[in-house]
Amino acid sequence: MEEFANLFHGFAVTLQPFNILVMVIGIVLGILIGVLPGLGGANGVAILLPLTFSMSPTSAIIMLTCIYWGALFGGAITSILFNIPGEPWSVATTFDGHPMAQQGKAGEALTAAFTSSFIGALFAVIMITLVAPLVASFALRFGPAEKFAVYFLAFCSFVGLSKEPPFKTIASMMIGFALAAVGLDAITGQLRLTFGFTELLNGFDFLIAVIGLFGIGEILLTMEEGLNFRGGKAKIDLKVVLRTWASLPRYWMTSLRSCIIGCWMGVTPAGATPASFMSYGIAKRMSKNGRNFGKGEIEGVVAPETAAHAAGTAALLPMLSLGVPGSPTAAVLLGGLLIWGLQPGPMLFVEQKEFVWGLIASMYLGNLVGLIIVLTCVPVLAAILRIPFSIIAPIILVLCAIGAYTVNNNAFDVIMMMVFGVLGYVLKKCNYPLAPLVLALVLGKMAEEAFRQSLLSSQGHLGVFFSNGLVSSIMILGLIALFWSAIQEGFTRLRARPA
Amino acid sequence: MNTHESSNAGPSHKSVEIAVAILVMAFGAIVIFGSTSVGIGWGAEGPQAGFFPFYIGLAIVISGAVNLVNALRPDAASGIFAEWSQLRQVLLVVIPASIYAVAVGYIGIYVSSAIFIAWFMRWLGKYSWPKVAAVAIGMPVIVYLVFEKWFLVALPKGPIENWLNL
Repeated sequence: MEEFANLFHGFAVTLQPFNILVMVIGIVLGILIGVLPGLGGANGVAILLPLTFSMSPTSAIIMLTCIYWGALFGGAITSILFNIPGEPWSVATTFDGHPMAQQGKAGEALTAAFTSSFIGALFAVIMITLVAPLVASFALRFGPAEKFAVYFLAFCSFVGLSKEPPFKTIASMMIGFALAAVGLDAITGQLRLTFGFTELLNGFDFLIAVIGLFGIGEILLTMEEGLNFRGGKAKIDLKVVLRTWASLPRYWMTSLRSCIIGCWMGVTPAGATPASFMSYGIAKRMSKNGRNFGKGEIEGVVAPETAAHAAGTAALLPMLSLGVPGSPTAAVLLGGLLIWGLQPGPMLFVEQKEFVWGLIASMYLGNLVGLIIVLTCVPVLAAILRIPFSIIAPIILVLCAIGAYTVNNNAFDVIMMMVFGVLGYVLKKCNYPLAPLVLALVLGKMAEEAFRQSLLSSQGHLGVFFSNGLVSSIMILGLIALFWSAIQEGFTRLRARPA
Repeated sequence: MNTHESSNAGPSHKSVEIAVAILVMAFGAIVIFGSTSVGIGWGAEGPQAGFFPFYIGLAIVISGAVNLVNALRPDAASGIFAEWSQLRQVLLVVIPASIYAVAVGYIGIYVSSAIFIAWFMRWLGKYSWPKVAAVAIGMPVIVYLVFEKWFLVALPKGPIENWLNL
C-alpha cells in the first residue's frame, strides 16, 4: 500500500508547527469569510492568495484550502441563526435550520450542521485518498486530444446540469473563454484582441474577475435588498453537542446518501449548491418525517450540509488529478498552483508527492480542527454578525480592492475589479451563472492549447477527438452531459406516452 | 424573479434581459472582429492565433441571439428588474466605489480607503463622527501593519504617505 505510506508522510508534513499554525489561521479566516456577506469562498481565497506568495507551496495550499473549509462551515451559521445564507450552498440549510433556531433549538441545529459537514468532508477526503492516485495514473496516458476531451466534458456537464437556462450558461462560459484569449497568444507569440490598449497586454486575470464578480457583485446585491441583520442568539454547550450527537446516528441513511450525492456532484463541476438542494429534496421524499420538512426537522439540516461539504471537498479531486477544477473556489486554488510554479494535473502525483499528500493529509486535519473551532466559537461569530452592514460593506470593499491590487501590483486592476463587479451584479440579476465564466477564464488557455495541439497532430481534422476508444468515450460522455436536460425530457415523455 | 410586488416602479425585467442579450452579442462581434484581424485560418504553425477565439466569438453571438429571442417571447419573465429606489441604493455604492477605484492609483490606497469608509459610514450608516473616524482611520492602519510590516506586501501610496515617509 504505497498510498498509505505516502499519506503518513503527508501527515508528518502537515503536523509541522508552522503548518498547523497556518491551518488554524486559515480556518478562522475562512469561517469569517463564510459568515460575512460579500466574502465567499472563491473571492476570499482570491483576496488572500497574494499573502501566500512567500510561503512554501505546501503551507500555502494548506492555508488556502483551510480557508475554503472554514467558509463551508461558516455558511451554515448565518443560515441557521439569521436565515441569511452566507454562501449559496447553504440556502437549503435555511429551510429547516432557521425554523429550528426560532423554536429555540439553534444549538442543536448548529451542532447537526457542523457535524454533518464534517462527515460529508471526511467521506469525500477518504474518496480522494483512494481514487485520486488511480485517476492521476490513468490520466498520465492522456495526450492533447484526451486532455481537451476532459475539458469538454467538464464544460458540457455545466450546461447540462445547471439550473439556469442552457444558453445563458453557454453565453457566460464563452465570455470567459473569450476573456482568457485576450493578450499574448502562447503558441504563435502574437498579440490578439487587445485593440491597441496596453492595459490588455497581459489579458484578464481571473483573480480580479473572481473578486469583482463574486465580491463586489454580492455587495451590490445586498445593498439592493437593504439588508438588516436581525440577530438571534446562540449558545452551544457540551450538553447540547452530546445530546445532538447521540441523536444523529439515526439518520445514517440520509447521511450516506447525501455523501454520495455530494461526491458525485462535486466531481462533475456542478458543485456544492445543486448538491445541497438535490440532497434536501431526496431526503424530503424518502424520509418518514418528510412532511415535517421545512418546519424544523433536524434531518433537513443534515442532508444539505453533508452534501454541500462533500461536494465542496470532492471538487478538489479533479483539480488535483486532472487539472480541471470542480468549483470556482477549486479554480482559484488551481490558479494558485500555477502561481507557485506547480503544473496542476496528473504529474503532480509523480513529481510533487510531498505537496499532494501534505494537502490530502491537511484535509483530514483541517476539517477536524474546523469542527472544533466552529463548535466552540459560535457566540463570538454570532456577535460579529451583529456588526451593521454599513460598517462591514466598506471594509469588505476595501479588502477586495487590496486583494485586486496585490495580484499584479497594478492599480488598473482595481478599476477592472469594479467593472467585473457591476457585470456580476447585472448577470446575476438576469440569471446568468457566474461559475462557468470563472472556470472558462481559468482553463481557457489550457483548453485552447490542448485543442490546437490535437488539431496540429491531425492536420486539422476534427476526427482526432474520436480517434481511439478513450477519447471518443470521454467526448460522447460530454455530449450526453451537454444534452442531459433534453434527454431527460425525452425520457419523461416516452414514459408518459404508454400510460 | 421579483416576489415582492410594490407600488414602486422600476425598469422592467424584460428590457434589461434584452439589453444584456444585445450587449453579449456585441461583445461576441468584437471578439470575432479582433480574431479575424490576427488570422483565423491555418498558418505555418497550425491554427492561427485568431482560430480559437473566432469560434468562441461565434458561439457568443449565437447564444446571445437565442437569449434575445427567449427574452422577446411573450411568456418571458415579467415584472421589474429592481425598483428605482433599490437601483438608487446600488448606485450610491457603485459611483463612490468607482471613484475610489480610480483614486487608488493617484492618492494611494490608505487615504482613499479612509475617505471611502468615512463617506459610507456617515452617509449611509449615519454614524457619529467619532465612530466614523475610529473605523476609517483604524482599518487602514491595521491594513498597513498586516500587509507592509508583517507580510511585506507593498500597497499603492500617494503624496501623503511619501510626505510621512512611510
